[in-house]
Amino acid sequence: MSPRLVIRNGTVLDQQGERRADVAIEGHTITEVAPDLAAADGDVVLDATGCIVSPGFVDLHVHLREPGREEAETIETGSRAAALGGFTAIVAMPNTDPPHDSLATVEFVRAQAERAGLCHVAPAGCITMARAGQQLAPLGELAAAGVTLFTDDGNGVQDPALMRRALEYAKPLGVTLAQHCEVASLTVGAVMHEGSCCSHLGLPGWPAIAEELMVHRDIELSRLTGAPVHFLHLSTERSVALVRAAKADGLAVTAEAAPHHFTLTDELLAGFDAIYKVNPPLRTAADIAAIKAGLADGTIDAIATDHAPHPPETKEAPLDQAPPGMLGLETALALSLTELDMPVAQVVAALSWNPARIARLGRHGQPIAPGSPANITVFDPTAAWTVSAARLASKSRNTPYAGRTLRGKVRHTVLEGAAVVVDGIAQR
Amino acid sequence: MQAEGGRTVMSADDVRRAIIRIGHEIVERNHGTQGVVLVGLQRGGVWIAQQLAEAIARSEGLDTMPIGTLDVSFYRDDVGLRPIVPGSVTTLPGTLDGTHVVLVDDVLFTGRTVRAALDAINDHGRPRSVQLAVIVDRGHRELPIRPDYVGKNLPTSRAENVAVTADGVVLT
Amino acid sequence: MKHLLDIGDLDAASIGHLLDLTDHMVEINQRPMPKVPALRGKTVVNLFFEDSTRTRTSFDTAARRLSADVMNFAVSSSSVNKGESLRDTIETITAMGVDAFVVRHGSSGAPQQITRWTNAAVVNAGDGWHQHPTQALLDCYTIRAALGRTTGFDGLRIAIVGDIAHSRVARSDVQAFTALGAQVTLVAPPTLLPPSVDGWPVEVSHRLDDVIGDVDVLYLLRMQRERMRDALVPSLREYTSLYGLTPQRAARLQPHTIVMHPGPMNRGVEIAVDPADLAGSMVLQQVANGVAVRMAVLFELLGSGSDLAPDPKGPQ
Repeated sequence: MSPRLVIRNGTVLDQQGERRADVAIEGHTITEVAPDLAAADGDVVLDATGCIVSPGFVDLHVHLREPGREEAETIETGSRAAALGGFTAIVAMPNTDPPHDSLATVEFVRAQAERAGLCHVAPAGCITMARAGQQLAPLGELAAAGVTLFTDDGNGVQDPALMRRALEYAKPLGVTLAQHCEVASLTVGAVMHEGSCCSHLGLPGWPAIAEELMVHRDIELSRLTGAPVHFLHLSTERSVALVRAAKADGLAVTAEAAPHHFTLTDELLAGFDAIYKVNPPLRTAADIAAIKAGLADGTIDAIATDHAPHPPETKEAPLDQAPPGMLGLETALALSLTELDMPVAQVVAALSWNPARIARLGRHGQPIAPGSPANITVFDPTAAWTVSAARLASKSRNTPYAGRTLRGKVRHTVLEGAAVVVDGIAQR
Repeated sequence: MQAEGGRTVMSADDVRRAIIRIGHEIVERNHGTQGVVLVGLQRGGVWIAQQLAEAIARSEGLDTMPIGTLDVSFYRDDVGLRPIVPGSVTTLPGTLDGTHVVLVDDVLFTGRTVRAALDAINDHGRPRSVQLAVIVDRGHRELPIRPDYVGKNLPTSRAENVAVTADGVVLT
Repeated sequence: MKHLLDIGDLDAASIGHLLDLTDHMVEINQRPMPKVPALRGKTVVNLFFEDSTRTRTSFDTAARRLSADVMNFAVSSSSVNKGESLRDTIETITAMGVDAFVVRHGSSGAPQQITRWTNAAVVNAGDGWHQHPTQALLDCYTIRAALGRTTGFDGLRIAIVGDIAHSRVARSDVQAFTALGAQVTLVAPPTLLPPSVDGWPVEVSHRLDDVIGDVDVLYLLRMQRERMRDALVPSLREYTSLYGLTPQRAARLQPHTIVMHPGPMNRGVEIAVDPADLAGSMVLQQVANGVAVRMAVLFELLGSGSDLAPDPKGPQ
């Protein structure tokens, strides 16, 4: 019988509000939530003085690279980075090699995650075989095995007819299709946002409309089919406006945004450093303002990192040859607290119960109450720390925030009742 | 115009007379002006070569003397060690083959500028002889170079600076 | 000045200084023995990832005329094709002892990235669509010499015609010409202009016929066949009829107008007259000036000591 875990002296914050309380956990479940719980002998005590105790964070968008590109990250190292970032659950993107278009690969990923035991990993299934946009993947079979989110992320589904069929077919399965919105014929060779920066630097641009056209299309397909659509990594002002209007019409659409899209602009590419190359690209100050406004008014439901590890030598290549993507798991909380002008409760909603709902993860994002699964994040919202690429748990180093001092740090992470991060140190 | 704290060692008249005297010496030494080309080194020697040419032309009853300018920036031995800003582009009156080149400079010091000038001259032809005329020889030679015509021998310390203009020579 | 990566890093005074230095190099090139010892003992590596015999030869000649030692790396013959990364290539060559890299690369920004991996000077000989600083300098020198503009280009009207969007020559020329005070007009169909010219100190015209009678300099860019495939222009024939220098347009040039082209020319496309028949053609002068300009650049970076503090005692 494992010992009782008690989180003491923290401020509990969940969907029901904020209150000073201690939290007691036995097994996988929260048993008591009340101020000044007495600690008994044999209890493991986690000090939460000055901290917020919230439902564990859920990241809808993480690239774990395993199977196929283990030199960049493995399920274990990615899980560790997630746990250190306060995430108790992450959705693993399917663009691995082999991709998540078969039960075998999905079960392999789950088994690896289980073995690492640091974070719950929910593999997203592909919408189409090999993400090639031609033939539907076994959506029903994967749904029956518990997959709740499907995407061809890395690619958008180009063919409207195919996307329509996918939505129709998926509708009764109780799953959500998520779209990486990019009309490929408009972004051939693109390296950065299409605008005045790319014109000056002489680089092929990724126009905002390549995202907006597909956002618009899938909103209408959702309207037509009645099936829910989740929009991955929104990056443009107009995309946010389209989703806002769709929600006003009562459509079943949700959206996420990544921290780099509300903190970094395309001007950073003036030094031709591929660390700033990402897909969709960094855009303008106006787009950043729109993303922040979208998070503030609920148009954008969730903050999702799009954690994309790449080995250092690949990011040293010339800009057009380097792969796109940035790390995100360990900096998401701090960036959100530091850069978003939102109450902490709203930030936590976007990191925790909103994404848990979108991913249909019933054991995560639950209120902190007796009987809830013990998936909890304890974080200090005021602690300042400086990002050091070498000290990140990820196997890769491609964070654009190296050297920046941020505010907000995870102290403890509890996964299914086990303290996997204590005082900022991973326990496995 | 005297610099702050400087000492005038030659007046404007002294300089003018020295140039006239050197002009006579050049003609005497070369038994006339046949084949003689005055080449002023950038930048300090250019105006002096000009005045020498005028002085010789006056005294010998000529319209002009063959005259040129030479920039030695690309022949210096301290390339990359100190800032080099070339003066005006080298202009020479035709080939130097078979001529008596008289290099003209304001101050002779370590001799390195003259050494560079000899290398530069070589790339423009094969003179019959090369001579050197300076207004001031301040000593401290680092190479076996000696002037043929001198306005004034002026012992100096290395730290001092010698400035030669038409208004005189000032030591600071 | 440690590197020459981007002409936008130079102000009018610096450009003027390099052009003045070029006058010296022109004089040297006119001698029977066009060589000076200024860069003796220095090693210059030409690292060309894109094929370009003319530019590479121009830099090679320039370095040799200053007595530098030259190594030529054409990527097809090097280990880069065997998968060696750009960084490893640079660090390996640097370890052999190199004073300057002259780099041409198909990726915008590669020369700038290279400066992180070597302490040698880096000269950008053309990177992607981004910059071609020595081309801009030789273009400025050519205009200066041909039109007698030694004090600057104030009031000079220059039209740059063609595929501006994909042209590193255009980007560099716009910056250099306007820095010297010229009025620049870009002439191209909308599909061949960059997505945004906000903040560019230029006028834009889509009709060459409106502009051709008024300019002092007509600068033609090369029009590549690939642009047809990307639906940027319907056909090269249509491009020529709207934007090419045809005999009819050539007849409308003012007598003093000079015509320039960075080479190599697509005869019959952007230039549909024989340059030999064009009195104002400066194309060959551009090539000749290229060697002198590159000599000036190499001397400035490796020999002038311009990055050192001046000697208080003055030259000896």
